Amino acid sequence: MDEFWLAMVTAGSLIWQLDGDLWEIIGLSLRVSLTATGIAAFLALPLGALIALGRFPGRRVLIVLFNALMGLPPVVVGLVVYLMLSRSGPFGVFNLLFTPTAMVIAQVILVLPIIVSLSREILETLWQEYHEALRSLGASPGQSLFALLWDGRAMLVTALLAGFGRAVAEVGAVMIVGGNIDHVTRVMTTSITLEASKGNLALALGLGMVLLLLSLSINIAVYGFRYIGGERRLA
Amino acid sequence: MKETPQILPVTMAKVSVRRGDKMVLKEIDCQFDTAPARTLIIGPNGAGKSLFLRVCHGIVAPDQGSVRWAGETDPRTRARAQAMVFQRPVLLRRSARGNIDLALKIHGLDAAQRRSRVADALDRTGLTRLAHTPARALSFGEQQRLALARAVALRPQVLFLDEPTANLDPAAAHLVEDIVRGLSETGVKIIMTSHDLNQARRLAQEVIFLHRGRIKERAPAEDFFKGPENDLARAFLNGELLWWRRRSVYDGLGGRTADELGIDRE
Repeated sequence: MDEFWLAMVTAGSLIWQLDGDLWEIIGLSLRVSLTATGIAAFLALPLGALIALGRFPGRRVLIVLFNALMGLPPVVVGLVVYLMLSRSGPFGVFNLLFTPTAMVIAQVILVLPIIVSLSREILETLWQEYHEALRSLGASPGQSLFALLWDGRAMLVTALLAGFGRAVAEVGAVMIVGGNIDHVTRVMTTSITLEASKGNLALALGLGMVLLLLSLSINIAVYGFRYIGGERRLA
Repeated sequence: MKETPQILPVTMAKVSVRRGDKMVLKEIDCQFDTAPARTLIIGPNGAGKSLFLRVCHGIVAPDQGSVRWAGETDPRTRARAQAMVFQRPVLLRRSARGNIDLALKIHGLDAAQRRSRVADALDRTGLTRLAHTPARALSFGEQQRLALARAVALRPQVLFLDEPTANLDPAAAHLVEDIVRGLSETGVKIIMTSHDLNQARRLAQEVIFLHRGRIKERAPAEDFFKGPENDLARAFLNGELLWWRRRSVYDGLGGRTADELGIDRE
């Protein structure tokens, strides 16, 4: 229990001191995970919509596949990306291994199936409810899709947050493709792993709490944004 | 705003619809024109009334046969001239006025036109004070009136209504009936399903009796309610259709009804 209180005190002092190194780590964590979530969303939302509304052979296979990929082990993704980006791999010439870009790539792969599956589910449910009414109004496919995205925006934002949560919390992939290099690829989760392995449990836990606070602040910001937007009244 | 295309007459020719291995609409031949203003489609549950309406409206394509709207076979070209109110109101996650506004936007109206039509439609359905309420927070009766307001705002030539009062209390149902009657008096063709005979008596100028996917009788309302020619229709009016038995069928089947045996009687 002492360890736990010590961790709380450490977390408090870490935030209080706002150490330059800590800022750098927090900044990189946010930059990598937000970029990965953004890129994944850009690819996954159209894909989710296509699977939700389209009727084509292999659709069910895709649904099951993406649902299964939500459980991808980060370590495995890290390994695969590592092999792809390593000098002897097919993308070795780009020299991306042990850079933040490699970490973004790995996290995009982890986050993509989550956003595809959740947005597909959300849009499909809404479509079942709306399609007759929208067809009756003579809405074009574009108008229908826009109506679905707009009406599903609260739930879709939750899907994006789930994706971001996955990205910012995982350590297996970024550790392997980033290498936890100080001032280059060190992020919150790899720092925690490092400190824990060195036996600095209080510091590790303190960093964990800072990470939790970070995640909480982002969720509060998004929730507040939705609240101000009048979303809650209409949901 | 684009010119609203003509939609009448709506003609269904040899229309059949299959669901699974069952034919649920069978060789429907039917035409609707401006007069009479209000046609009611009645029949027991499972007769195919809702599906009939959807095919006629162009949101369900027939498996066989064709539907033409003023000669045109593509329903999308005529979407702007017709509207439909569903049994369970389908409202989007927006305010009451937002729902009407979206429908008008889809129909290509500019902001000023939309504003005046939204206000007019809300006023005609008595929903003005609820304009800014989220549609899904309205009571069921108010939601159905909003669905009707949305349809009214589109100023259709033909308005399809699928049992619009099925889940409403009598007062709310009367309000909806008044609105529908008022619309038909302004020249809107009403095609509506109902299983409520009293409502059909109040509203219909013409009746189509549907049974097991076939039109059994089509007649002016007055004649129909005085004494339908079809014996199934007569049984339906007497509230006896479920256990109605035709002597000749009954006699040969060991006391079981044709219904129980799944025989489609002609």
